[in-house]
Amino acid sequence: MSVNKELKHEFDAAPWKGSTKRYDIVKEGTIALVFVLVFTVGLSLLMGSPDDTPLTFKGWAVSNSDNFYATAVQELAGTSGTATYGAPYNKASDGLNLGPLWLQKWVGVTRPIDSVNDFVISPLSTQVLSGDIANALSTWNAAAETQKQAWATAYDDAITKVEGNLASVPTGAYGPVPALAKGLTEMAKAGALDAALLSQGGFFQTDNTKQILFFGDGSYLDDAGTAANLQGGTWGMMNETGRYPGQAWLWLYSFWYQIPPFNNEESKPIGANADAYIMAMMGVLSLGLILIPVIPGIRSLPYKVPIHRGIWRQYYETQGIKRRRK
Amino acid sequence: MSEMWTAKLRNKWQKNLPIEKLLPDDQPAYVASWIYTFGVLTLSALGVIIFSGIILAFEGPAWYHTSHVGKFVNSLHFWSVQLFFVFMVIHLWGKFWMAAWRGNRFATWMTGAVAFIASIATAFTGYLVQTNFDSQWISFEAKDGFNSVGVGAWFTVTNLGQMLLLHVAFLPLILGALTVVHVLLVRKRGVVPPIDAEPTSLSEVKP
Repeated sequence: MSVNKELKHEFDAAPWKGSTKRYDIVKEGTIALVFVLVFTVGLSLLMGSPDDTPLTFKGWAVSNSDNFYATAVQELAGTSGTATYGAPYNKASDGLNLGPLWLQKWVGVTRPIDSVNDFVISPLSTQVLSGDIANALSTWNAAAETQKQAWATAYDDAITKVEGNLASVPTGAYGPVPALAKGLTEMAKAGALDAALLSQGGFFQTDNTKQILFFGDGSYLDDAGTAANLQGGTWGMMNETGRYPGQAWLWLYSFWYQIPPFNNEESKPIGANADAYIMAMMGVLSLGLILIPVIPGIRSLPYKVPIHRGIWRQYYETQGIKRRRK
Repeated sequence: MSEMWTAKLRNKWQKNLPIEKLLPDDQPAYVASWIYTFGVLTLSALGVIIFSGIILAFEGPAWYHTSHVGKFVNSLHFWSVQLFFVFMVIHLWGKFWMAAWRGNRFATWMTGAVAFIASIATAFTGYLVQTNFDSQWISFEAKDGFNSVGVGAWFTVTNLGQMLLLHVAFLPLILGALTVVHVLLVRKRGVVPPIDAEPTSLSEVKP
């Protein structure tokens, strides 16, 4: 009996009137649960789970003191990644865009971060400081904003000029900036900066944003990410430390970062705004997944590719149904 | 009495989803492929995730760093998530190639697809609350994507407290609700017939 589309739809929607077989849904569920439980316990015992110790500011300041010091100077000069980021932390840049849509800029500053005070001055202010550092802090606090900026910029430029080789920085009008950077480095080496960045004068704190952003401004976190093969250009979005599978389900999101123009920051407008374009594309693709049943072409694929012949092989054989040609 | 909202709801429930459909003891004979097991395997993995997640929630996110029992429970949680996604993706592909949205089953497909996306969000927040190096790295890297489209203004991946609450409360609630609705829709609509199956008589179409 050949049927038209409407009748076929009603047939698919109607309760099944053909042959049936016994089915114990509770037994099936129990067997599946036991199977998964055994499998999970086995994998857990054999493989464990990833647990690389988190980085600390102490580790950074001890292992790469010069880089930490130079980063502290950048925070004071306003040239660090955080200081120049834009929304939602500050207004230092317009951020990324999607063509005419400047969503990052439009939502504004919702998580304000002042790299000078939040990362350097406030943490130092919580400490009992040695004479030279305490004097430097007083001098800084008493100075005009333009003076602070001039000192920090001059010192930051001087460090950049000698490519971070602190011993080669010539003398100059740097004011209290070298002493402040030295004080913060000593504070970090003593292990006091992690908590000071988190607490910011409060008792209960659960927001690690300032710590994470400060980490990202230097090379310590980045180097650790590279060593663990976690950079975005090497499928880092879905990888994780150790020999663990990571978030393999993010493969499509990671994929875009591996191909042009998304993997070229110099390519405008898409490469330079890759994060925004990829997020938007994934949003559209996610919507597409939900709406597959109404998307012409894609919704027809299951009819054209005979995978269903394998899934229902037994039924087709018993019913003597040949492949439909359309 | 039939005008009562409660009575109306009960009558509608009994009509659409009687106990025989909810807990069936038979099923169409065409349900005879290993692909059909991946739905219940996904649900089972979700059960292990919830069970291990509740234990972890009682002890806090840093417990597993210092306790062998904690490490084992964390590993159970980790691997059940991995299996959950493997099962779910196979289930999803299977349903795609069956065109399982046929016969008024669009809502079943839609709730499943949204549940898949909600699962990704839930797992992602889980990676952010591991309180290890991975959490540091992922939060630093991921913030740029969310910030670039404005979402980062409220969804702050570097905020451990926010991510922890979303991971253990809000997102599981959403995922759990979607899963329940999805399964109830499967039970209500039944398993989709084979693509080339056709009625042998009109009585198979009209009740």
